[in-house]
Amino acid sequence: MPVSPRYRVTTQTTASRVSLVIALLLVVAAAAAPLFVSRGTVQDLFFILTMLVLAQFWNLLAGYAGLVSVGQQAFVGFGAYAMFAAVSLAGLDPVVAILVGGIAAVLLAIPTAFFVFRLEGAYFAIGTWVIAEVVRLVVAQWQTLGGGTGTSLPRSATRDMIGVEQLKDWLGLKSSAAGDVVTYWLALALAVATIAFIYRLLRSRRGLGLAAVRDDASAAGAVGVDGNRMKHLVYLVAAFGTGLCGALIYVQTARISPDAAFSVIDWTAYVIFIVVIGGIGTLEGPIIGVLVFFLLQNALADYGSWYLLVLGLIGIVVMLFAPRGIWGFISDRTGIELFPIRRRLVIDDDPQTPDTD
Amino acid sequence: MSLLRLDDVCKSYGTLKVTDHVTLEVAEGEALGIIGPNGAGKSTLFDLITGRVAVGSGTIAFAGADVTTRPATERCRMGLGRSFQIPRPFGRLTVFENLVVGAAFGAGRSESDVTGRCAEILRQTGLLERANTPAGQLPLLQRKRLELARALATDPKLLLLDEIAGGLTESECRSLVETIRAIHAGGTTIVWIEHVLHALTSVVDRLVVLDFGRIIADGKPDAVMASREVREIYLGIEV
Ligand SMILES: Nc1ncnc2c1ncn2[C@@H]1O[C@H](COP(=O)(O)OP(=O)(O)O)[C@@H](O)[C@H]1O
Ligand SMILES: [Mg+2]
Repeated sequence: MPVSPRYRVTTQTTASRVSLVIALLLVVAAAAAPLFVSRGTVQDLFFILTMLVLAQFWNLLAGYAGLVSVGQQAFVGFGAYAMFAAVSLAGLDPVVAILVGGIAAVLLAIPTAFFVFRLEGAYFAIGTWVIAEVVRLVVAQWQTLGGGTGTSLPRSATRDMIGVEQLKDWLGLKSSAAGDVVTYWLALALAVATIAFIYRLLRSRRGLGLAAVRDDASAAGAVGVDGNRMKHLVYLVAAFGTGLCGALIYVQTARISPDAAFSVIDWTAYVIFIVVIGGIGTLEGPIIGVLVFFLLQNALADYGSWYLLVLGLIGIVVMLFAPRGIWGFISDRTGIELFPIRRRLVIDDDPQTPDTD
Repeated sequence: MSLLRLDDVCKSYGTLKVTDHVTLEVAEGEALGIIGPNGAGKSTLFDLITGRVAVGSGTIAFAGADVTTRPATERCRMGLGRSFQIPRPFGRLTVFENLVVGAAFGAGRSESDVTGRCAEILRQTGLLERANTPAGQLPLLQRKRLELARALATDPKLLLLDEIAGGLTESECRSLVETIRAIHAGGTTIVWIEHVLHALTSVVDRLVVLDFGRIIADGKPDAVMASREVREIYLGIEV
């Protein structure tokens, strides 16, 4: 059958074109921020961006592929330790070693996928957590990297890190502050690349297949979508991104210990909170969620363990009254999508263009 | 040449024998109807043919290859398309996107090539006006039509239809029959499970009757419907 030129597919909306322009402006502003703001603010922004990256990858796993992992700290910690090893033992530049962290996380994900993909639902979640604990225990045996108590990056490595020398001269900063700016820019680049990559993935043929599997795995199989392959792919991609981010976080911290690097609270519980309150299964959700999380963390910093309790309560309230999170709440009422994925069929010369609800 | 061949296929759920030594051949270009009371194992037969459910024993061959242990995705790509009796749309995707999934994955086309084809199928099945509606929002009858449309989008050699005519008005039913005739005339082999007998017999040239998982009759529709056993078991009330 000849392909009729009268039919066209579009995904763009007015809101998405506007948001693209705003996003570009925001990225430019964020890139320029270190010229204007204090070192403390740069560190706060670094924290927000890295949590955003972790949240986007967890959202890809849980929100789009239905893989509810509570073991992503395995990839944060393993990526971070691989980076440490590459710097301390192999003498790599920390910036280059971040890539090693990402690759190491994928190498860890291949055998763990074999294990966790035999499990489903709650068992999958528990399986991921068990694996993270096992990896933490094994890494804690690694005496060269400080064993259970941990270690620091060599001073010389962070001082001579790519970009630090130039920034010192250019902005008149001390090495440690210049290092913060370098890691901040890397975090900004990673966050932008992550969102762009996931958005592209979701709009691609694979993304469509993933959505089909999410809606009905059995029906997806009947029309030729290999759900298992899709999920493996997402799992490996998420491991890579999470590993990169973990390595980057610990380049900035410059000090590591198994308990911190494999912390289920820091790298999974907070991340789940961010995604759930922001809106799971949307790209906008984690962005909103991370801002809310940051504000709450500052507001409640003085309340010690009450802080976790309040976070938990807020999470529960949001799940009860806005199950699709803050962004779901907004988007349900306004119909706005900043990252539209839906393919709309347009019939060019037909007055009866299909409805678009 | 036979396109589909089931050889001594059995399937049980617990102690319930749902498919009982079924041997069946479907020739290329044929239109076969399957009837039988509720719970006879008709839908299960489709599950076995498409690989959604594994056989207990026996073999299934499709397009000259033994597919007994091949996964459902692969059988779909070989040209096996089906509709589900209880519609299973991709609820959060639009009607059009539901078809694109079938065309891009089942028929293995690149996404940019499938727009026209999917739109034509939507027109053929009367769903073009709902193209951009999330499939989860469709009423039941349109969901059934989407089942047909999505299966067509995979470019099936063999199309398995499971009770898609129920609940239609007389004129809707006529137009559905016309659509299926056109698909058949286009060279697609069809196996159709249907309770609406007059719709079925106006399309198919052969009828199989299933009861308690067994084939109890197989032949020309007139002859099958005239057989005493079928009248007793299937149309018990009429005897
Ligand atoms: N997944 C399943 N688990 C247990 N029993 C099932 C399952 N699927 C179908 N059955 C049973 O198998 C029998 C045949 O079902 P089905 O093939 O749907 O019949 P039909 O389509 O002819 O009405 C029914 O008794 C049904 O309850
Ligand atoms: Mg049935």
